[in-house]
Amino acid sequence: MIRFEDTAVRYAGTDRDALGGVSFEAAAGQLTAIAGPNGSGKTSCVRALLGRAPLVRGRVSIGRDDRAGMDARAFARRVAVVTQREEPAFPLAVREYVALGRHPHQTPWRSDAARDASAVSGALARAGIEALAERRTDTLSGGEWQRARVARALAQDGEALVLDEPSAFLDVAHEMALFELLASIAATGHAVLMVSHQLNLVARFADRLVLLDQGRVAADGPPAQVMDGPTLERVYNWPLVVTRDPAVGAPTLVPLRKRAGGPR
Amino acid sequence: MPTRALVALIVLLLIAAACGVAFGSATLTPAELWRALAQGDTGTATSIVRDVRLPRVALGALVGAGLGMSGAALQGTLRNPLAEPYLLGVSGGAAVGAVLAVVLAGAHGLLVPVAAFAGALVAVLVVLVVARAAGGRGDARLLLMAGVVVGAFANAAIMLALANAPANTVRGATWWMMGSLADADWFQVRSLAALLVLGGGALLWMAREIDVLALGAEAAASLGVEPDAASRRVFLWASLVAAATVSAAGLVGFVGLVVPHLARGAGARAHRGALVASAIAGAALVIASDVLARVALRPTELPLGAVTAIIGVPFFLVRLRKLA
Repeated sequence: MIRFEDTAVRYAGTDRDALGGVSFEAAAGQLTAIAGPNGSGKTSCVRALLGRAPLVRGRVSIGRDDRAGMDARAFARRVAVVTQREEPAFPLAVREYVALGRHPHQTPWRSDAARDASAVSGALARAGIEALAERRTDTLSGGEWQRARVARALAQDGEALVLDEPSAFLDVAHEMALFELLASIAATGHAVLMVSHQLNLVARFADRLVLLDQGRVAADGPPAQVMDGPTLERVYNWPLVVTRDPAVGAPTLVPLRKRAGGPR
Repeated sequence: MPTRALVALIVLLLIAAACGVAFGSATLTPAELWRALAQGDTGTATSIVRDVRLPRVALGALVGAGLGMSGAALQGTLRNPLAEPYLLGVSGGAAVGAVLAVVLAGAHGLLVPVAAFAGALVAVLVVLVVARAAGGRGDARLLLMAGVVVGAFANAAIMLALANAPANTVRGATWWMMGSLADADWFQVRSLAALLVLGGGALLWMAREIDVLALGAEAAASLGVEPDAASRRVFLWASLVAAATVSAAGLVGFVGLVVPHLARGAGARAHRGALVASAIAGAALVIASDVLARVALRPTELPLGAVTAIIGVPFFLVRLRKLA
């Protein structure tokens, strides 16, 4: 559904590619995760998808369409993106904010009010923030705000959902609820692509894991295959082991303490 | 926005307009006012009300509405609570145009407003070109900085133009820069109304886009808005609206800055409501300020731009307290 083909990005004023030609696909019906150390190019993938990063090579496509040839509104009707950071310049009620997800489906004076209202209510319910609907966005906690942003993307009602570190600021329960929600969205045939540092949760929920290192794909495949101790240790440049979680059986990364000769 | 707040703003506007018709340098009795408005006899009172006060109130309403809408659109688009048309080169450009007209040709007829309008448009185009040359095209931060720089350049140009000008020319130019509705006539009202219907309509048309732009460039791109192109579009229309008001009344400061905050404080959060509320509140503020400017030291008139600030500051301070 969302395909990166030899995609290379270089920002103005830098002498190295932020993305050095990556190729992978986030398929419909799957939860695909992108992981990798800071500066490995995860967010550049999201920016390239948004058309906000200068492509020096390759392409990004949505289904059969080249992203570069799509207008912004047509893109937004198909793909909803939750970027890493966002802050409204002036506070809105949460319901008003979530309703902005309907923007790609509206024209300045016309909108399908009934469909918009039902999409907004549905998104508030799925993100578990119905009780916050009338609160102002500047009164939300970090986690509540993050869920409001996910709700806005759900209201967009596209074929694909892309999220850049959506579980930052979330407590354990809300983080689990978010991963469950994303897996359930993927199960209904949507393509879900998320950038995440939570490798242990990715291992349990994602169908596919793309590991980036210095702007290139270091490994790509089912999480059980990609979460290989030596590969992760090399990419993250930190001593670690990958074991199997005794409770759920998924591969689990355990970073070790860097103490020469001491207990780890 | 809440209906109650909207009704309250409309009531305030009507009260201000009624005061604008009732009070002025000449004292008219209620009976004279009624005869002038309803019966239209040919007396002095009718002439004062119909040819002086009514166009003045109408022009004040249009100037305030235009500045309020322009400020609300710019603050949302540039994501900056301090953004206003006067910060972004419009006023500087208009002032250069007006001052050059006064210095080179003397202040008469339509020359000053036309020169002010042309100066404002040139300044806006220069801001867009400077922002583009800096590589940002419609980048909100670059538009803001380019606007401030063009404004500073315009101020320097005004000082140079006035440095060796005769005293009465300096006085005329200075008075223009302080803003006034004293020369209001129905031709000005009709001209400004036509420009505002066009510009204000365009801003209302773009209101949802402004809501999305206020979330930031990446979020806007994810919601189907090309942030750079859309920012430039809003900037251009908001500046056109401000330029039209400046050419009609000179520099009426503070309205574009403070009124959108008051509108938001009244509950107008999304921009369609904020633009409408800013238009009504701006109209009320300018008309009320003009009444005060006329009657405070009768028969001398105070500069309108100073009075809008004097009336606006307490409202703004109350709003700041609520924001803190």
